[in-house]
Amino acid sequence: MANIPEDLHYSKDHEWIRVEGDAGTVGITDHAQHSLGDVVYVELPKVGDKFMAHESFGNVESVKAVSELFCPVSGEITEVNESLQDTPETVNTDPYGAAWMIKIRIEDRGAVDKLMSAAEYEDYVKTEAE
Amino acid sequence: MNQPKASTHITQNESLIFERSQTGRTGYRLPALDVDEAPLDQLVPARLRREDDLAGVPEVSEVDVVRHFTRISTWNYHIDLGMYPLGSCTMKYNSRLNERVARIPGFANLHPLAPERDAQGALQVIYELQQHLAEITGLAGISLQPAAGAHGEMTGVMIIRAFLDARDGATEEKRRHVMLIPDSAHGTNPASAHLSGFTVKTVRSTPEGQTDLDALRELCASNDVAGLMLTNPNTVGLFEKNIREICRIVHDAGGLVYMDGANMNALVGWARPGDMGVDVIHLNLHKTFSTPHGGGGPGSGPCCCTRELEPYLPVPRVVRDDDGFALDYGEPRSIGRVKAFFGNFGMHLRALSYILTHGADGLREATEAAVLNARVIARELTGEYDRPFNDPPMHEVVFTDKRQGRKGVNTLDIAKRLIDYGFHPMTIYFPLIVQGAMLIEPTESVGRQEIQQFVEAMRAISREAEETPELVRNAPHTTRIGRLDEAAAARKPVLRWQPEGKATAA
Repeated sequence: MANIPEDLHYSKDHEWIRVEGDAGTVGITDHAQHSLGDVVYVELPKVGDKFMAHESFGNVESVKAVSELFCPVSGEITEVNESLQDTPETVNTDPYGAAWMIKIRIEDRGAVDKLMSAAEYEDYVKTEAE
Repeated sequence: MNQPKASTHITQNESLIFERSQTGRTGYRLPALDVDEAPLDQLVPARLRREDDLAGVPEVSEVDVVRHFTRISTWNYHIDLGMYPLGSCTMKYNSRLNERVARIPGFANLHPLAPERDAQGALQVIYELQQHLAEITGLAGISLQPAAGAHGEMTGVMIIRAFLDARDGATEEKRRHVMLIPDSAHGTNPASAHLSGFTVKTVRSTPEGQTDLDALRELCASNDVAGLMLTNPNTVGLFEKNIREICRIVHDAGGLVYMDGANMNALVGWARPGDMGVDVIHLNLHKTFSTPHGGGGPGSGPCCCTRELEPYLPVPRVVRDDDGFALDYGEPRSIGRVKAFFGNFGMHLRALSYILTHGADGLREATEAAVLNARVIARELTGEYDRPFNDPPMHEVVFTDKRQGRKGVNTLDIAKRLIDYGFHPMTIYFPLIVQGAMLIEPTESVGRQEIQQFVEAMRAISREAEETPELVRNAPHTTRIGRLDEAAAARKPVLRWQPEGKATAA
């Protein structure tokens, strides 16, 4: 079973967000990295770029395919994880830690409540698999 | 299958040519000088000479070179060796006759700048191929210029842009920006649309693998829709049975319908995109019309469109007048040239040869055989592999690794194991909307016997996945080298050979 930490919020596009005040840290879930297979390249946006919820902020390339990364909530990029340039494999080994992808200033805190909780995401992954 | 080899033959152990190098060995001997010897500086100034040493450039004899390349050539899998079931690629056999036609000296040696009166035969070939493709697609306007599929796609999308600009006005407020593309599309579709300045919006598919009409209607409500790019049959191998309705929805919204012709091998002689309401398509001569494909190219991606869009096709157009055939550069609405000269002319010869040798009946029969072969595979393997869609497939069929996945055997493993059985693997992990997809397209170039062998191999792999999953997970076992680490190859590629002792990573 995929690892789904309790303290994060989840999107239907299989991204997680950790919220501290109006700051959010975003990455892809353990389930997502498992479906993608070995990740070989991550393309991330620039600091200062703005994205709407569900908008593509970058892409991740695995041995299977190139997949888009979708922003779970609207906001402005404040930091990107440059280390993924050299060590894309951490997306597979530590998706909730070392492989965080972007930090954003969340435009509307209320939008976070529309995302799924850990329990809801677990159900979502189960129904999607059927 | 798992017989140990008696010994590894030298042909299997060929090393890099750099590693065959012996200092001082050469493949030539120069004759004695019959002029006075001069110092190097006097002949080639130092500034023109490279400074790095040439250490590592292989020093080999003629026989070394011949054996080296002959040995590695035997490692290749190719369409002349066996079935090549790559879905969405239509890897059909390239008849020797077509190759011979392309080598007729009058065609092969013709200079592309030869005056029209000296190139009448070549212009006639282009003209007649256009006529045939117009009949096959039901679309009157044809350009053979595009070099391959994605190029033909982009040409089609540029024609849509030019037509809409002429109709609606080219100012930013008047321009339509949205190109609709189903989630099952080939990746080149959104790329062509994006490169031509369109914003791509995705149309989702239904659980049955068809374009979702409600989603399409919703997206078409915006008044900003320039067009739809659709593949038919689509990439899951199903005929879009609502194609007429799909075209009507897009046309009513003021947009045009582009069809990706990658899967025309399921339609030729039976159904015509023009009759379905499609406005513009590209064909792949290197898929449907049997010209070489995949490493053996070059390809050819003719763009075909309705009479209404014809003025926007690339120039020059080959036209027929009282004196014979001529090149027409005159159309001011044309999007212009998209390729030097007239496209990949050698492919036009091969395709025309393919069409004429088959005739109308033969083309219909080839389509029948291609669809029948795929349906045989679909039926024979349904017991072993999960099929995400139940409708009978057209020329290709998609399976998943859902059943084998329970034993930890996935699509990649199955594809690798297929190599041990002597087959080229199928297309894997495409289309993207099917988890663990295996897309199999046998084409009409295989008979019942080889189809049956393929089916037996796939069944055997399914059994192995159940009984000895490790065997499949570690495949291939019978090849010169085993499973490659694809992740490491992509993450830390070694791009060139380095002399011993120097750094090996690029």
